[in-house]
Amino acid sequence: MSAERRGWVHVGTMDDVPRRGSRCVRSGELTIAVFRTHDDRVFALEDKCPHKHGRLSEGIVHGDCVTCPLHNWVISLETGAAQGADQGSTITYPVRLSDGQIFIDLALTETVAEPALPRRKD
Amino acid sequence: MSKKKLVVIGNGMAPGRALERLFEVAPDAYEVTIFNAEPRVNYDRIMLSPVLSGEKTFEQIVIHGDGWYVKHGVTLFKGAKVTSIDRRARTVTAEFLPSPAGLPARQLPVTASFDRLIIATGSSPVIIPVPGHALPGVLSYRDLDDVNAMLLAAKSRGRAVVIGGGLLGLEAAAGLQQQGMEVAVLHLMPTLMERQLDAAAGHLLERAIEARGIKVITRANTKAILGTDAVEGVQLDDGRILAADLVVMAVGIRPNAGLAKDAGLAVNRGIVVDASMRSSDPEIFALGECAEASGQVFGLVAPLYEMANVVAAQLAGNEAATFTPSATATKLKVTGINLFSAGDFAESKDREEIVLRDAARGNYRRLVLKNNRIVGVVLYGDTADGPWFFDLLKRDVDISEMRETLIYGQGYQGGIPLDPAAAVAALPDDSEVCGCNGVCKGRITAAIAGLGLKTLEEVRSHTKASASCGSCTGLVEQILRAQLGEAYNPSAVQPMCGCTGLGHDDVRRLIVAKQLKSIPALMQELEWHTSCGCAKCRPALNYYLLSTWPGEYEDDSRSRFVNERVHANIQKDGTYSVVPRMWGGMTSARELRAIADVVEKFNIPAVKCTGGQRIDMLGVRKEDLPAVWADLNAAGMVSGAAYAKGLRTVKTCVGSDWCRFGTQDSTGLGIRLEKFMWGSWTPAKVKLAVSGCPRNCAEATCKDIGVVCVESGYDIHFAGAAGLDIKGTELLCHVATENEVIVVIAALTQLYREQGRYLERIYKWAKRVGIDTIRAQVVDDRERRQTLHDRFVHAQSFLQTDPWAERVAGKDAHEFRPMAVVASEAAE
Ligand code: SRM
Ligand SMILES: Cc1cc2nc3c(=O)[nH]c(=O)nc-3n(C[C@H](O)[C@H](O)[C@H](O)COP(=O)(O)OP(=O)(O)OC[C@H]3O[C@@H](n4cnc5c(N)ncnc54)[C@H](O)[C@@H]3O)c2cc1C
Ligand code: SF4
Ligand code: FES
Repeated sequence: MSAERRGWVHVGTMDDVPRRGSRCVRSGELTIAVFRTHDDRVFALEDKCPHKHGRLSEGIVHGDCVTCPLHNWVISLETGAAQGADQGSTITYPVRLSDGQIFIDLALTETVAEPALPRRKD
Repeated sequence: MSKKKLVVIGNGMAPGRALERLFEVAPDAYEVTIFNAEPRVNYDRIMLSPVLSGEKTFEQIVIHGDGWYVKHGVTLFKGAKVTSIDRRARTVTAEFLPSPAGLPARQLPVTASFDRLIIATGSSPVIIPVPGHALPGVLSYRDLDDVNAMLLAAKSRGRAVVIGGGLLGLEAAAGLQQQGMEVAVLHLMPTLMERQLDAAAGHLLERAIEARGIKVITRANTKAILGTDAVEGVQLDDGRILAADLVVMAVGIRPNAGLAKDAGLAVNRGIVVDASMRSSDPEIFALGECAEASGQVFGLVAPLYEMANVVAAQLAGNEAATFTPSATATKLKVTGINLFSAGDFAESKDREEIVLRDAARGNYRRLVLKNNRIVGVVLYGDTADGPWFFDLLKRDVDISEMRETLIYGQGYQGGIPLDPAAAVAALPDDSEVCGCNGVCKGRITAAIAGLGLKTLEEVRSHTKASASCGSCTGLVEQILRAQLGEAYNPSAVQPMCGCTGLGHDDVRRLIVAKQLKSIPALMQELEWHTSCGCAKCRPALNYYLLSTWPGEYEDDSRSRFVNERVHANIQKDGTYSVVPRMWGGMTSARELRAIADVVEKFNIPAVKCTGGQRIDMLGVRKEDLPAVWADLNAAGMVSGAAYAKGLRTVKTCVGSDWCRFGTQDSTGLGIRLEKFMWGSWTPAKVKLAVSGCPRNCAEATCKDIGVVCVESGYDIHFAGAAGLDIKGTELLCHVATENEVIVVIAALTQLYREQGRYLERIYKWAKRVGIDTIRAQVVDDRERRQTLHDRFVHAQSFLQTDPWAERVAGKDAHEFRPMAVVASEAAE
C-alpha cells in the first residue's frame, strides 16, 4: 500500500557490496550502513555504533554480526542489538532483494529519535 | 691447578645428558671440547618423527642451544668428524665435513689433546647391500639431514617405499604420508614391530597403519632397488615391483665402533665397557649406542641416560657409580596410534600370561608373568596404565594378591575403580614416571610445589619429565591435576579466540604442515566453530597466511582492521589521519610545501609532529583520502603506515653528518633501513631507531630494534618497549659494517615474522622464546641467518608497492564513496 511504496528506496545492487563487507547510503544527515554477509544476506543499519557512534560500516563483518572499529563492540546485523556484556542498540531498516537489486525501507527514518549513549554495564 | 681436559666425540643425547649432570656436580672440573660430525647442537633425536610429520619444528626439539655451550665454556666443533685417536699422544684429530647444503668445509683439521675422552659416536643405520642401494633417492632415517632430505622429496607428492616395519620405519612412513606421499611399508617378518610387540598387537597395529592409507606388505624380502640415475622402484624376491620416487631404509642400526677399534680399544658388537663405563683404556669412556655394557648394546634413550649418569659420576670422582642394564619401554610416536611395550614377552614354560581383549574399543593388553612378577607388558589402544605396569616390572613387585584385577590396571586395584587422580596420588614417590629422563614422581611433585609450576610445559622444562618420547605425558598431567586440583588447566594453551580451541602457535604450525593457503580452507581443515571467524581471529589468520605464503596468498581486505584496509588511521569522529613517510625523519622544502598545500586545499583541521619524527594530518574526510594521497604522491611521498602491523618509523639522529660526537652516518643508515624494510607486514608494529653514538639521541634503546653507532661499528639492540610497558633493549650483537647490520636486522625481523603471535610485540616474543635462541639463529648460525635474510628479501619483493598510489589508481574505490545518496525527501 501507499506508505510502503513511498518508503522503499533502491540503493544499489548486490555487486556493489563486498561479501563480509559494507557500503554506506547517505540520506541527508542520516548515514545507513548496508551489510552483506558471507552467505549473501543483506542488512541495513544506521551507521552509528550504540557505544560512541563509531562507524559500523568500517567494522569487520563476521557471521551476522559486525565488530565496531573503535572499541570492538559486537553488533547484531539482524536486530541492531549489542552482543555480550554491552548494552545498546542501533536502528535497523527493512531490506528487500529482488534479482540482485537492493531496496531499503526508509519510511521510519523521520520518526526515530537519536539513541542515547548507554554505558557498558559493570 | 689447571683444569683437566675432557674431549667428547659425538654430541648426541647421551653425552649431552652426561655433561649436564657433570656440570651440576662439578662445574669447573674440566675444560670440555666436543667434536660432532653433525653440523649442529644437541637435539632430541627421538623427536625427529614429529619434525618429519610437521607437528614440531627443529627449534622445538633442540636440547642445548648455542647459548648453553657458551654458558658452560664448552668448545663445540660442529660438522667436525674425528678421524683418529692417538692414545700414546693422548690426542684426537678431526676433519671438517662439507655442510649439508654442500658448502665446502670451513676449516683445516684440528687436533685436541685430552686427559679424559668420551666416545659417544652412536650408531649408523644399516644399509642392506642390495643392487641399487646407492641410487639417489635411497635414504636412511637417523638425523636431521635425513629428515630434511625426506621433506624435500615429499614436496613432489610422489610414492615412497619404507623398508622396515619397526619403530623407525613406521614413524617414517606415517610422517611421509602426512607430508602427502603415497607410502608402502615392506617388512621382512610376519608381523610389524615384532621386537617390541607380540603377534596380536602386531596385527592391530597393521590394521591401524593400513587404515591411514599406508600399504603394509609383511614377509617382504627386498631383492633390488630399481632405477637408472635415481630410484624408480623396489623389487621383492617374489618378483613383485613397487614404484617409488623415494626409498627409506629403516632396517636396524649398527654401533659406530670403528674409530675405537682403530685406536686399539676392545670392541665386540660395540665398544666394550665395564660397569664404570670405562673402555679397555681406563681414561677413555664409551657412552651411548656405541657402547657395549655387560654384553648388550642399547637403542633406546632410557638406558643411555643411565649410562650418562654413571659417566658423569665417574668423571666427578665417584668411583662407586656403576651401570646395570634394566628393562626398557617403547612407545610408537605416531599420532593417533597408542601402543606401549616393555620387558620381554617371549613365551616359555615357566611363564604365564594374562590377556585382555576389548575388540569394541580396539584395546589389547598382555602381561607376561614369571613367578608372580611382571616381566613383560604389551598394551595397545588404552596405554594409560603402561607406566604403572612398567613400574611394577622394574621394581620386581610380587603381584599375587592383585592378580585377579591386575590386568584392568591401576584404577581397579582395591576392588572399586579409583579415579585416575587418586590412583596417581597412590604412587610411591620413588616410582619412576619418565623412563627416558629417569624422573621419579617425587621430583615432579617437589618441582610443582617448590617452583609453583602450573603447566605441563613448565614441568617438562624444569624436570624433563615427558620431554622426550612423551609416553608418560598422561601420567605427568595426572600428577599436576592431583596436586593442583582445579588450578590445573590442561588446555593452558590459550585458544586464539572463541572460534577455535587451537592456540596461535598450533595454527601457525598447521598452516605449514597442512599447506593451508586460504582462510576458508584453514577454517574447514582446523574445524573452526564459526561460519567465518570473528574480528579477533580473522586479522591474525590473514597475517599468518600472508607471511607464510609470500606472493601466493592473496590478502583478504575484509579481514583487516579498517586502518589497514583504507591505509589511514580512523579517528574518534570517523575522520582519518594521514601520515606520509619521512625517511629517517629527513624532509625537504618540497615535501613540506606539498603537505602545506594539501592541508589548505582539503582544509584539514590539524597538523602535528608525531612522536615518530614525521608529520600527521588529522581530521581528513574519508572521501578526500584518495585525492590527498594523489597530491602527496605527486611530491614523492608514500604512506607512512602509521596504521600498520608492520614497519612504522625509523627514527634517527643527525650523526656523523653534523654532530661533533657522531661516530657513523646514523641518518643514512636509518634511511637505508627504512627503504629496505618499508611495506613489510609483521605480527605487531615494528619501530626502529639509529643513534650516532651512545648518547643515543634517537632513543634507540627503547625500540623494537635499535642501532647504536660506535667507533668500531654498530651495536644492534632489540626487544625494547616504551608504550604500555617500558623496557630497555637487549644487546643482540656488535657488527663492523652497515651491510652486516642490514643482514642481521632482516634475519631478526624475518624470524619474528615467522614465530611471533599476532599483536605480540618483539619484546614479548623475545621473552617467550628466549634471547639466546634468537641470537643463536640470527647471529651465530651464519647459514640460518642468511636463509632468514633471503626469505625476508623474497617477501619484500611482493610488498613494496605504495598502497596510496594503488588507491589513487582506483583500487578499492568502493571504500571511499557512498554506494548511493538518496534525497532525504525519499523518506517522506
Ligand atoms: C600519531 C602518534 C601520536 C603523536 O601524535 O605523536 C600516535 C598515535 C596513535 N598511536 Fe601511538 N602514536 C605515535 C607514536 C607512538 C609512540 C612513540 C614512537 O613511536 O616513538 C609509542 C611508544 C612506542 C611504541 O610503539 O610502543 C606509541 C605507542 C602506542 C601504543 C602502545 C603500543 C604498545 O604495544 O605498547 C598504541 C596502542 C596499540 O598499538 O595497541 C598506540 C596507538 C596509537 C593509535 C594508532 C591509536 C589507534 O589505534 O588509533 C593512535 C593513532 C592516532 C592517529 O590517527 O595518528 N601507540 N605511539 C604517533 C605516531 C608515530 C608515527 O609517526 O607513526
Ligand atoms: C627417528 C628416531 C626415533 C627414535 N625414537 C626413539 C624413542 O621413541 N625412544 C627411545 O628411547 N629412543 C628412540 N630413538 C633412539 C635414540 O634417539 C637413540 O638411542 C639416541 O639418540 C642415541 O644417542 P647417542 O648419543 O648414543 O648417539 P647419537 O644420538 O646417534 O649421537 C651420535 C653423534 O655422534 C656423531 N658422530 C659419529 N661419529 C663421529 C665421529 N667420528 N666424530 C664426531 N662425531 C661423530 C654423529 O654425527 C651423531 O651426531 C629414536 C631414534 C631415531 C633416529
Ligand atoms: S597516547 Fe597515543 S593512543 Fe593514547 S591518545 Fe595519545 S595518540 Fe592516542
Ligand atoms: S564506538 Fe563502537 S565500540 Fe565504541
